[in-house]
Amino acid sequence: MKVSILQFPGTNCEYDTQHAFESLGAQTEIVWHKSETIPADTDLLVVAGGFSYGDYLRSGAIAKFSPVMKAVASYAKEGGKVLGICNGFQVLTEAGLLPGALKRNEHLHFISKHHHLRVENNDNIFLEELENGDVVNIPIAHHDGNYYIDNAGLNELKANKQILLTYCDENGNEKNPNGSVESIAGVCNKEKNIFGLMPHPERAMELILGSDDGVKMLQGFLK
Amino acid sequence: MKAIVNVSLKAGVLDSQGKAVHHALDSLHFNGVEDVRVGKQIVLKLNESDKEKAMADVTKMCEELLANTVIEDYEIELV
Repeated sequence: MKVSILQFPGTNCEYDTQHAFESLGAQTEIVWHKSETIPADTDLLVVAGGFSYGDYLRSGAIAKFSPVMKAVASYAKEGGKVLGICNGFQVLTEAGLLPGALKRNEHLHFISKHHHLRVENNDNIFLEELENGDVVNIPIAHHDGNYYIDNAGLNELKANKQILLTYCDENGNEKNPNGSVESIAGVCNKEKNIFGLMPHPERAMELILGSDDGVKMLQGFLK
Repeated sequence: MKAIVNVSLKAGVLDSQGKAVHHALDSLHFNGVEDVRVGKQIVLKLNESDKEKAMADVTKMCEELLANTVIEDYEIELV
């Protein structure tokens, strides 16, 4: 199982992501954004978190034109599995690979803390190890995590079961840290091979660091 | 020729920064403000003399990069 992890100037979660997947037994490779191809044996492509291009203009707006993104788009189009975490989610929405956009947090603060999430739809490879309604505890760390999609888009997400996770409290009741539409924390595309979320499952791999709920999420990709 | 591009959140998309600025103005007793929208201005210096061509080029720039049309509107002024 091979996980390739994209690295743009300003990406800062690539090594955490690498450590997380290697701890689950995957082989990994970090791919610099200037590369025009991604490794041929890639089973999962991760767009890691951070601040690509310093978040200049908009988060993810400039990264979408990096040479590697053409390869990412064709890999995804052929059904390859892609996971965008935090800034990676922003890059995937900017690139049009996932619907919606990420706006500045409602109260304008950078939020960095553990937050509970509720599993909304587990009929996909990412969350199939979990049950709908399960509550997981995963760190969030973002300034632009306020997910926006218009009503038509939201209805489509619901109809196709593309809403993966929503923010909640420890009992699974809705609790919205950043103003996102319907407290959405993560979505996938209609074909369910491209996934994006603001929380960081790669930072929730060991109980000593507060939670190991990320293991169940990332493991789904390694089967 | 210069192109002045103003990018702002679409009407109907909550502008948190505008709301915060509005609150701050209220607390400074500027009570006559009905609404505040915060956007950004991008000024491009172009080596193009044909206005129509410049407008077409800058529109393409807005669509592809300068604005995220999922959440933002843009206005272009050529001077």
